[in-house]
Amino acid sequence: MPSGVIPSPKTGRELVDEYFIENRTRLLEIAAFLDRLDRTDATLVDRDYRVRAFREALRLLEDRPATAAEAQTRVERIQHLLSDPTTEPLEKLDVKSARGAYDRWQLGVA
Amino acid sequence: MRYIDLHAHMVSRTTDDYVQMALTGCVAVTEPAFWAGWDRSSADGFEDYFRHLTDFEPKRAAVYGIRHFAWLCLNPKEGEDRQLAREVLRRIPRYLESPTVLGIGEIGLNRVTRNEIATFRDHVDLAIEHDQLIHIHTPHLEDKYKGTRTIVDILTEYDRIDPSRVMIDHAEEHTLPIILENGFWTGLTLYPQTKVSPERAIDMFERYGTDRICVASACDWGPSLPDAVPHFALAMRRRGHSADLIDRIIYHNPIAFLGQSPKFDVGTDSARRNGAEKALPRSESDAKSSAGVAAA
Ligand SMILES: [Zn+2]
Repeated sequence: MPSGVIPSPKTGRELVDEYFIENRTRLLEIAAFLDRLDRTDATLVDRDYRVRAFREALRLLEDRPATAAEAQTRVERIQHLLSDPTTEPLEKLDVKSARGAYDRWQLGVA
Repeated sequence: MRYIDLHAHMVSRTTDDYVQMALTGCVAVTEPAFWAGWDRSSADGFEDYFRHLTDFEPKRAAVYGIRHFAWLCLNPKEGEDRQLAREVLRRIPRYLESPTVLGIGEIGLNRVTRNEIATFRDHVDLAIEHDQLIHIHTPHLEDKYKGTRTIVDILTEYDRIDPSRVMIDHAEEHTLPIILENGFWTGLTLYPQTKVSPERAIDMFERYGTDRICVASACDWGPSLPDAVPHFALAMRRRGHSADLIDRIIYHNPIAFLGQSPKFDVGTDSARRNGAEKALPRSESDAKSSAGVAAA
């Protein structure tokens, strides 16, 4: 990942000491969300693009860039996965509000 | 601590929120015109909204020693209706003369439609014609990247636009570089659910520095925090950053951008108090009736 222009005042160890517990909680929240979906309808990942996008985003959490040149951060890669990659404007307004993911698999919503 | 919240929809907030902002060091807010959460039925509805933004709201803020400034437009959520947009645009120029109006905003795109783009261009033309600062809303969620890209491409076509007089707001990790590389100002809006957390905002400052980046609450009628900027400051301290760096981001940066309008001024405390004394009727019921708000 590219190094920043304002160095973190905290060391890596200090960041872990300070922020591990709250991020552990977030990790368990995500795990529980996926378990809850499975318990309700385990086929959603094949039928709802938002669930598919969520699962693909989780895979990106473990990816590291191969070289410094392709050093997109995890958050940037997830932002792009969730974004509409098209460039043409819509002919007219379809829905008023966005849904949070782009349906690149043409799954629709369950 | 002192700060300026340059994106706050105070018409949707209570007086208690002004108190909370004043208690946490807020000296000025700027309020872009936006969607009410429902579509207004006529240009007259917008005109009342502009009167609210330019007359009543500065008085309400002054009671708590906070300067209130506004940006005017027909927002991108209603930009699809071209006829309404033309009628509203025709009525804006006379409000630009108000002593607290800083420019045109928050214009931009919502779902990136052809009509939204036409309405956006009309507003940019109006801002150029009247030499106004511009404040821009970028779409949320999956539309943000496409919308930001489209907005930057349109603005860079104009030779009469000075990018340092334009703020492209609601940036996130994947749109911040496009905005900064083209010379615009940008904002990180600290929303509890759909936008940027204080922690991610701090990450962006650590990666890109503090030049031409502001933070704001963007508090409105949805789940949002009027004291999001002081929460950001607290998160900065927790990460170990200095008081000077925090002051640069939450006070000096907004002044650097907004101060390009000769109307922007944070004033002195005594000047703000004197303004407040003349501003609003004392009793709550008087204040309510002058705002046209029915007593609850
Ligand atoms: Zn807004």
